[in-house]
Amino acid sequence: MEWETVIGLEVHVQLSTASKLFSGSATQFGAAPNTQANIFDLALPGTLPVLNESALAMAVRFGLAIGAHIGKRSVFDRKNYFYPDLPKGYQVSQLDFPTVGKGQLTITLEDGSEKVIGVTRAHMEEDAGKSLHEDFHGMSGIDLNRAGTPLLEIVSEPDLRSAKEAVAYLKKLHSIIRYLDISDAIMAQGSMRCDANVSIRRRGETEFGTRTEIKNINSFRFVEKAINHEVRRQQDVIEDGGRVVQETRLYDADRDETRPMRSKEVANDYRYFPEPDLLPVVIDDAYIEAIRVTLPELPDARKARFISDYKLSEYDAGVLVATREMADYFEQVAQATGDAKLAANWVSQDLQGLLNKHHWDITESPIQADRLADLLKRIQDSTISGKIAKTVFEAMLDDTASVDSIIESKGLKQVTDTGEIEKLVETVIAENPDQVQQFRDGKEQVIGFLVGQAMKLSKGKANPAQVNELLRAKMGS
Amino acid sequence: MIEKTVAELSAALASGEFSSVELTQAYLDHIERHNATLNAYITVCAESALAQARAADAARAAGANNPLLGIPIAHKDIFCTEGVLTTCGSKMLHNFVSPYNATVIEKFNAAGAVMLGKTNMDEFAMGSSNETSYYGPVRNPWDLERVPGGSSGGSAAAVAADLCAMATGTDTGGSIRQPAAFSGITGLKPSYGRVSRWGMIAFASSLDQAGTLSKSAEDSALMLNVMAGLDMKDSTSADKPVDDYAATLNDSLQGLRIGIPRQHFAEGLSPEVEKAVRAALGEYEKLGATLKEIDLPNNHLSVSAYYVVAPAEASANLSRFDGVRYGYRCADPVNLEDMYKRSRSEGFGDEVKRRIMIGTYALSAGFYDAYYRKAQRIRRLIKDDFSRAFQEVDVVIGPTSPHTAFKLGAKTDPVAMYLEDIYTIAVNLAGLPGISIPVGTAAGLPVGMQLVGPDFAEAKLLNIAHQFQCHTDWHRQKPGALGKEA
Repeated sequence: MEWETVIGLEVHVQLSTASKLFSGSATQFGAAPNTQANIFDLALPGTLPVLNESALAMAVRFGLAIGAHIGKRSVFDRKNYFYPDLPKGYQVSQLDFPTVGKGQLTITLEDGSEKVIGVTRAHMEEDAGKSLHEDFHGMSGIDLNRAGTPLLEIVSEPDLRSAKEAVAYLKKLHSIIRYLDISDAIMAQGSMRCDANVSIRRRGETEFGTRTEIKNINSFRFVEKAINHEVRRQQDVIEDGGRVVQETRLYDADRDETRPMRSKEVANDYRYFPEPDLLPVVIDDAYIEAIRVTLPELPDARKARFISDYKLSEYDAGVLVATREMADYFEQVAQATGDAKLAANWVSQDLQGLLNKHHWDITESPIQADRLADLLKRIQDSTISGKIAKTVFEAMLDDTASVDSIIESKGLKQVTDTGEIEKLVETVIAENPDQVQQFRDGKEQVIGFLVGQAMKLSKGKANPAQVNELLRAKMGS
Repeated sequence: MIEKTVAELSAALASGEFSSVELTQAYLDHIERHNATLNAYITVCAESALAQARAADAARAAGANNPLLGIPIAHKDIFCTEGVLTTCGSKMLHNFVSPYNATVIEKFNAAGAVMLGKTNMDEFAMGSSNETSYYGPVRNPWDLERVPGGSSGGSAAAVAADLCAMATGTDTGGSIRQPAAFSGITGLKPSYGRVSRWGMIAFASSLDQAGTLSKSAEDSALMLNVMAGLDMKDSTSADKPVDDYAATLNDSLQGLRIGIPRQHFAEGLSPEVEKAVRAALGEYEKLGATLKEIDLPNNHLSVSAYYVVAPAEASANLSRFDGVRYGYRCADPVNLEDMYKRSRSEGFGDEVKRRIMIGTYALSAGFYDAYYRKAQRIRRLIKDDFSRAFQEVDVVIGPTSPHTAFKLGAKTDPVAMYLEDIYTIAVNLAGLPGISIPVGTAAGLPVGMQLVGPDFAEAKLLNIAHQFQCHTDWHRQKPGALGKEA
């Protein structure tokens, strides 16, 4: 049986405003419990919400970035349910009139082709607090620091057809959000959270199958694993003659499985109605346009520009624009050196490799763009070879001295003195008579071995082009 | 001195006839003597009141002279008062000492008013007789066997019996105007959004409005001058200029067009109340006004629409009272659900529970369109009725309540109680300003008349009410029940 997977994602992004959606409390991550909760956040009687304008601006910013319809009149609603970390007994959200309407974004599939994914809507809402069940001797603690933090819930169309597509969508969303600088979007810290609606159907079928909602997926890797697990589970259920039940399931990363949430954890009727403490939010074209002009160049546009301006490959450009910081870094190096290809190779391979190895973000890189550019300039002017440059690059990790003084102090300067190279070449010819003969007999590729020997002798410092040239001359070809 | 109006007290304080401390002490003594009988106050703040009075006297000595400086006021226990018990008439908040002040409280404090205490009220302002209070019913100073009206019953009784010079109240469906009518005083509900709701414990957010209970329209004007205005802490407060409500009190009523809604003089209205209201309308004719019958054709839908919208909003507004962070928590809960269920079952009274259930039902999936959405449409129709009327007339006048104060325990059927507000509810649904003034008595009990104006026409309403009071003395009539008892 051939199955098709249908996935829609609901992504919650914490907007990085200084204060909460409806109160003046700070929103910093990691503060001591309940130190960022004021009388409104505690839902004291008589307190009222006041909309944080910068949260609205961020939502509009996101909407414009995905070409979405912007709601000129958005309405907040109350979503009612009881839970100790929801102090008011209702969450203020947007039901029928969200700030961001239909939009779309483009993902790149593994085969390099592109696919447009629809975004149904993105609405603003308050986050809940946290219940703490440990360290309270059988009781529960409540931390309301997070309660009221602004969230943007971005709902996709059921356009995704595999776990890999879902991850590509999520990464693209992450990239756009980081470019817009509207959220830290760190999944491990919960500032970006993902729920997946998953169903399967027989290939060719036009109706959707019954879906389940998977919650608690807190990394890109788990998104893929959780969806794949759920797809397999649904296939097993159907192939065993059963029926998929519409339900909410929790992903358990430790066991790599999903399990149904207890029915008590699922509220059925939220009794939405318009929040009477807030007036509808009305914005005009001037407001929207004022935000539009502040939009940065977004990843798709930047990628296209990298390809046309810097003659980068699709692939390289795609890798380099993934984060705004990476793209900025690359551009700085490319401009300082005037060699985009060289800059692209170093940033996407050497630098990226270093960051991966240490689990660093590019903003934490000990080697700043200007220093990398200094290094590449020394390759360009033949002070060092590309290979020696890698040694210098390693040294730059711990040594904050200038690139030139590192090269100097470590004696890594490339040997370009013809006399010295001649001596090297003569030694190599004398020590490798067989290979020299082979070369003379027309076996051209042996030259590589001989150059390598000379380089080895020079401890990598000889200019390989010069070595090559002299070798050929001495061997009389 | 305690029977004087705010305007008179203000003049007496300014001329040095007596001090605020003397005045405050006189009210405290009167409270001491009569509150046990009336049950108008839940909390009396004798010490802090005297401290505020001393500060007012000192400020006056230093040259300050604003109208409310040193005047003793009572606040409905729905307003959060920093460091003072704020119960909202409920067991749920029997232990709630607010850590902050409502904007209304801040404004009266800033104006130098002296807070005598917090007045009794129907639980969470849900009631029309003050009988739903956890702290027991308030008695009407005109007849101790009768109710003072509700939900601002404590404030109304306190003003009527001179247990304060003036009082705040709130009005969601008639909760200022009806008790003012039953207690023979003046009660103003301003336009929705005129006074900040910050710190006023919410019943139905889209209808709640703070207002005044006072001995005259002039006093209401002086109070509204302090209370009104935009508050950035309340997103629904109106960004409209605030008038000087005292400045136009003496404008002539010559040419005033009064609308008499047929629907307010129909079946159910007691003949004595009608007689007193008709007589008052005749007084206005003498002052140069013309009367015109008008129609409010959707008025009969107002009570039904109100009892969908208000409970719906209340059902969510009261969700925060869950025993988790403050207020009443049941003893020894076995788990979370038990804590929720018992804290709310034990902490709320029957009428509050009834409305939470009605509201929850009205908002439920499958019923929303039939109830909530339809009620909102009716609201629009009611607003349109008034807008049409105000194209022809300047003010709409009728009885505040179909009858005078009824006996304690007389109304046991909730629907009969809901119909108490048949003339006042539409005004809240339309968000308009309304004022009730005393216009006579029937069998020794006061009769109230309601004046309704267009949006933000408080100055005009107060002018119309004040002119009546300049030419009559119904607002000077004093209740006799306490005297007889004493």
